[in-house]
Amino acid sequence: MSESLLETWNRPPVIEADGEGELLEISMGPHHPSTHGVFRMDVALDGERVIKLKPVFGYLHRNHEQIGQTVGYLQMMPYTDRLDYFCSLTNNWAYALTVEKLVGQAVPERAEYIRVILAELTRIQNHASTIGFLTQEMGASGTPLMYAFREREKILDLFESLTGSRLMCNYMRFGGCRVDMSEAHLNAARKVVAELPQFIDEFENLLTSNEILMARCQGIGVVKPELAVNAGITGPMLRAAGVNYDIRKVDRYGIYDRFSFRVPLGEHGDIYDRYMVRVLEMRESLKILEQALKDIPAGPFVDPKAKIRGFKPKPGEAYGRIEAPKGELGFYLISDGGTSPYRFRIRPPSFINLTILEDMCLGQNVADVVVIFGSVDIVLGEVDR
Amino acid sequence: MLGEGLLKGLAETARNFAGSFVSKERLTTVQYPEERHPLPEASRNFPFLVYDGADWEAGLRCVACQICEKECPPKCIYIEKSKDKKPDYAGKLQIYPTQFDIDISVCMSCQICVEVCPFEAIKMDNEFELATDDRFGGLLQDRKQLAKPNEYYHKIHPTEAAEVDARLAEEKAKVEEKARAAAVAAAAKAAAAAPKPAEGAQPQ
Amino acid sequence: MKTVEEIKAAIEVAVPGARAEIVPNGSPSAEHSLLLDAAHAFAVAKFLRDDAELKLDFLSNVTGVDWLDKETTEKVKVTHPVEKEVDGVKTIVDETVEETKKTVTPGYLEAVYHLYSMAKKHGPVILRIRTGNRSDKVELPSLTPIWRAAEFQEREVFDLFGIIFTGHPDLRRILMWDEFKDYPMRRDYVDPDDYEYEPTPHDEVLKRAQAHQAAAKTEAAQ
Repeated sequence: MSESLLETWNRPPVIEADGEGELLEISMGPHHPSTHGVFRMDVALDGERVIKLKPVFGYLHRNHEQIGQTVGYLQMMPYTDRLDYFCSLTNNWAYALTVEKLVGQAVPERAEYIRVILAELTRIQNHASTIGFLTQEMGASGTPLMYAFREREKILDLFESLTGSRLMCNYMRFGGCRVDMSEAHLNAARKVVAELPQFIDEFENLLTSNEILMARCQGIGVVKPELAVNAGITGPMLRAAGVNYDIRKVDRYGIYDRFSFRVPLGEHGDIYDRYMVRVLEMRESLKILEQALKDIPAGPFVDPKAKIRGFKPKPGEAYGRIEAPKGELGFYLISDGGTSPYRFRIRPPSFINLTILEDMCLGQNVADVVVIFGSVDIVLGEVDR
Repeated sequence: MLGEGLLKGLAETARNFAGSFVSKERLTTVQYPEERHPLPEASRNFPFLVYDGADWEAGLRCVACQICEKECPPKCIYIEKSKDKKPDYAGKLQIYPTQFDIDISVCMSCQICVEVCPFEAIKMDNEFELATDDRFGGLLQDRKQLAKPNEYYHKIHPTEAAEVDARLAEEKAKVEEKARAAAVAAAAKAAAAAPKPAEGAQPQ
Repeated sequence: MKTVEEIKAAIEVAVPGARAEIVPNGSPSAEHSLLLDAAHAFAVAKFLRDDAELKLDFLSNVTGVDWLDKETTEKVKVTHPVEKEVDGVKTIVDETVEETKKTVTPGYLEAVYHLYSMAKKHGPVILRIRTGNRSDKVELPSLTPIWRAAEFQEREVFDLFGIIFTGHPDLRRILMWDEFKDYPMRRDYVDPDDYEYEPTPHDEVLKRAQAHQAAAKTEAAQ
């Protein structure tokens, strides 16, 4: 019964080895400079061509979901920082959004603006770092990476002066934010945003028409849109395949419907399209930031009547999702009326985007596997939780 | 022309290289440990206990209410209460912790203990050079290592410390005001209750 | 998009024999889910994906949930015929006593699917499928042939809860290592006593540390 039910169009292609001799089976990872963390791929090679590829992970499994079911709702907020450790503020927002959905908590306007500003800054620094790591894996020895990190430092300095920590921000609360973004903070943010367009121009100057990048990225790692949708791919990888699905536009969570921004789409679904989609998304984020920093109103930064700790939501469940820089980050909480959730589930974008890694890499050279893997943009903290 | 993109990229790199000799923002390396990047005021690393005055044991603000112990997400705080009491900043007798351990190899610097403390006793330090080669005991900070004076708190977080001091002074003023009002009322009551001399005694 | 009741009606028309039950959601988000029976779940899922109006082509999330056996005790008045002595004569009399009755509602494992539509930009439609019990009847149909997105997530549910998905192309452990026994996310999972010395243990960890150290001492003494 089982085999006949499998459709063939959404299964990995079967590649025959056409060389003579045995297949070479290597384990790429878990200690590997290019696997973005402790990640292993069991590849079977025929010469340079990949015949079989099985991803193996779980080396960073820290049972987030189990911890979520033992500590309270507020205590889980610093743990969500550590999921996608590059983008802790968007993780916080997704969790706060889900709990607010579970209890029916409204968020004041100023808090929504602050959340949007911080989320878009997070998106910019994440995309810049991803492109930097991608070029690093292609052999660019860190030059674009260090340029990206130089700008990232400015954004992280903003985060540190506001939340206290560069990476593990623990800033969002149910019903708003932990502290207010003062006028000094907003002016510092405006200064950073004013300097960013020049950086993105320089970045594009360096990379976009670079012949090496084009030769290594165009036509490699192609994903068809139907397969991308069926495999649950979200984020820049989906949009590079040509599917117009951005949760900021679809769900219109927060106050994203007030900002005018476009959603960049790719045509071919290859690595070069993913790179371009990320660069264009950085520019769109700048547009949102300029609008948000101009329009942010005065007001409370947290709902004064919000219950932040020690509360017991009514029995029920909620699924909240946001457009995190890596894809759709969702949280699914089932409450049984106690102080901690009965079931705490994280829908990790990196984990699900890895489903078609095999499809993209079969038949390619082993050198392309590293670049394809870099373009998927995963973070092991999210994959393994 | 083939190679145009590469040349554009090389021009970019050359601009950054030459620029790093002239403009400060292109040369972003901080020569640690000779140079230090200044930390922003809100920066946090691990918690510490605040004490007022000169004697750390007598001035420790913590009253061992154990709220921070309960709210800590990875449960890195361990508190043991005392059997006797000592006066706090407003003069009220409170119990104090005889043991207050924070395991900083477990602490995740989330700052929830600071948010929930009702007595302004635990605050975030920004000291990060705490590396040691003793894996189990070296990263376990006890009460004495954690206790730091209020002046130190003012040095690292000036605005926050000023706000906390203002709030505590207000609390102290309220307590003293209440005590004075109670004393006045008690004195008035004592005067009214004492027998009035020679008024009731009628000449026989 | 249709409401949950309309979707239920559409399912029952399209897949004859399928039973879909609406499970209400008590929270303010009011996203009610549909409970499907395991025999028809595959056909229902295929209908939901291919239906022209719903077009639920995007499987967003697969979750496993463990519901334990629930024991409820209640006091019931029970009437027994009892032999008693009435006026010196042994007769059978009906006597009413109050007894405590314990009922065990058997637990089950559940797989929850969140579906959205990328074509029509609507959602979510939440499906639930439950197993027979937690011990031997733990098989559910895999929805991986319909949505490839379920491939890794069903493997994770198998790994952490123990639900066996029939029809999954490659069902093996994903986060834990292959030789691992037991299912860690179940509510009655007891983790093995092999952690390292922790300087500030308290509550549960302290009790286990003391038991562990006592056991180690008796072992060393032997």
